Amino acid sequence: MNAVSIRPADEMRDLYRELILDHARNPRHFHKLDAATHTAEGINPLCGDKLRLYVAVDDNDVITAAAFEGSGCAISVASASLLTDLVTGLSKQQALDCFAEVTGRLTAPDEYESRDIGVNLDKIRALDGVRDYPSRVKCATLAWHALSSAVRGQSDTVSTE
Amino acid sequence: MSQPQAQARPDVADCRRDFPALDQQVSGHPLAYLDNAASSQQPQSVIDAVARYHREDHANVHRGVHTLSHRATEAFEGARDKLRDFINAASRNEIVLTSGTTEGINLVAQSYCRPRLGAGDEILITHLEHHSNIVPWQQVCEQTGASLVVAPINERGEVELDQFLGLLSEKTRFVAISHVSNALGTINPATDIIAAAKERGIPVLLDGAQAVPHMAVDVQALGCDFYAFSGHKMFGPTGTGVLYGRESLLDAMPPWQGGGDMILEVSFDGTTYNELPYKFEAGTPNISGVVGLGAAVDYLVDVGLDRIAGHEEQLLGYMTQRLGDLPDVRLIGTARNKASVQSFIVGDIHPHDLGTILDHQGVAIRTGHHCAMPVMDYFGVPGTARASLALYNTEGDVDQLVTAIEKAQRLFA
Repeated sequence: MNAVSIRPADEMRDLYRELILDHARNPRHFHKLDAATHTAEGINPLCGDKLRLYVAVDDNDVITAAAFEGSGCAISVASASLLTDLVTGLSKQQALDCFAEVTGRLTAPDEYESRDIGVNLDKIRALDGVRDYPSRVKCATLAWHALSSAVRGQSDTVSTE
Repeated sequence: MSQPQAQARPDVADCRRDFPALDQQVSGHPLAYLDNAASSQQPQSVIDAVARYHREDHANVHRGVHTLSHRATEAFEGARDKLRDFINAASRNEIVLTSGTTEGINLVAQSYCRPRLGAGDEILITHLEHHSNIVPWQQVCEQTGASLVVAPINERGEVELDQFLGLLSEKTRFVAISHVSNALGTINPATDIIAAAKERGIPVLLDGAQAVPHMAVDVQALGCDFYAFSGHKMFGPTGTGVLYGRESLLDAMPPWQGGGDMILEVSFDGTTYNELPYKFEAGTPNISGVVGLGAAVDYLVDVGLDRIAGHEEQLLGYMTQRLGDLPDVRLIGTARNKASVQSFIVGDIHPHDLGTILDHQGVAIRTGHHCAMPVMDYFGVPGTARASLALYNTEGDVDQLVTAIEKAQRLFA
């Protein structure tokens, strides 16, 4: 390997940040959730990403557990992994607020007006790099669309196409 | 096929300078365009022909008495003659101009097969096909009650000829196969398959989309009944294509769409259809695109299909060897008889991630299922990375690809 030529690949570090690569290599909550009360599948036909998201919601509308399984690119898997970390302990409404916040920021960063939803989204900012890669935004938002569909009780398959 | 100026070009790859789109930087790197199986770039002569047509000659074809309409018709029909020569069809009546391979296959499915097939009949395809050579036959099967039979492939991505021939039976009413696989580059044993089908009187369609830019095609020598291909994979404009059909078969087929240009006489009591090939060309065609496609044929003939095939064979060998030498790279599709394409997987890097990282280094490849999901299923992968060559590619493009893959491996290490 040629040490001198490593540098240009570092330009990709804005997209493939260490946090993203870590979650892609070692996705959290990456399993079926038997206790799930809601589930939905997300499909991105462009690259073949296919994730199933599970959430368990208690009687107080609080998400007590979240998990996912399936296969996809590093961006979609890392995004799903970060999602499951984040939404555990949130109310259904807060989870939907997160969905609006994340998809708004990634798909329409210029128009979307961020608002305080009382959830720390700092880690999710690791996904911001996809905004420079229009074909990859759908990878980053796939699990979030599945979350929205699951929490709303629409257990259908959602597609980013 | 004549190659009048073949001697004037010492090296096929010198053709690179004829393609203005290749002369650019992407992400600060020279563009290495290796996505030709999806769509090829256009030489200046094609761009000029289309521009000149728009600037000087545009009018509707086959209709007007005025000068521009006459010029447009001459340019359009002139391209049809070039295309007839290009694939050595017996008659210009056998050259139906379409929007692309997909339309050609759908035309045959709906106009030839649908009226003839019923329950118990079979259409035979292979496991290698592009979705456009699967779905139209599935639709005909739904419409008629016929069954779709799929011939298997082996781990190299080759159709098992013995098994294919074993699937031909008195039930088989139609055979549709790719000449060259888009996902893997496998060249199918078309002549053997056609000969066996002919013995049983079964018509054969070849999907030639991936063949025509890479090798000389002679439909009479092949003996196929239908041959469909696209303009934009052979250096012509998008939205153009050809369906070659044996004249006796086309004659017996009903029109596939109704409209202007496909009729001789219309009254409310009935309509007399136009003669071949116009019977299948309803509505105003893609005139400028076809003019450009004619220029693309001129270009290919000028460079010489045999020389192109030789250049690409050498380059494919180089690319396959360089990719195969990389650690942790799995080659998908290792047929003994191949053209232009190498699919591969790099470790556990998802093809889509690889595509983005390569793009960042100026390397354009296709990633995903390549509209051939059954092929991906066979190899147990969600998709592959696919590098596909054209006449203008060089060893330098391949080297740039390999360097970019090594960088992706370091990023994901």
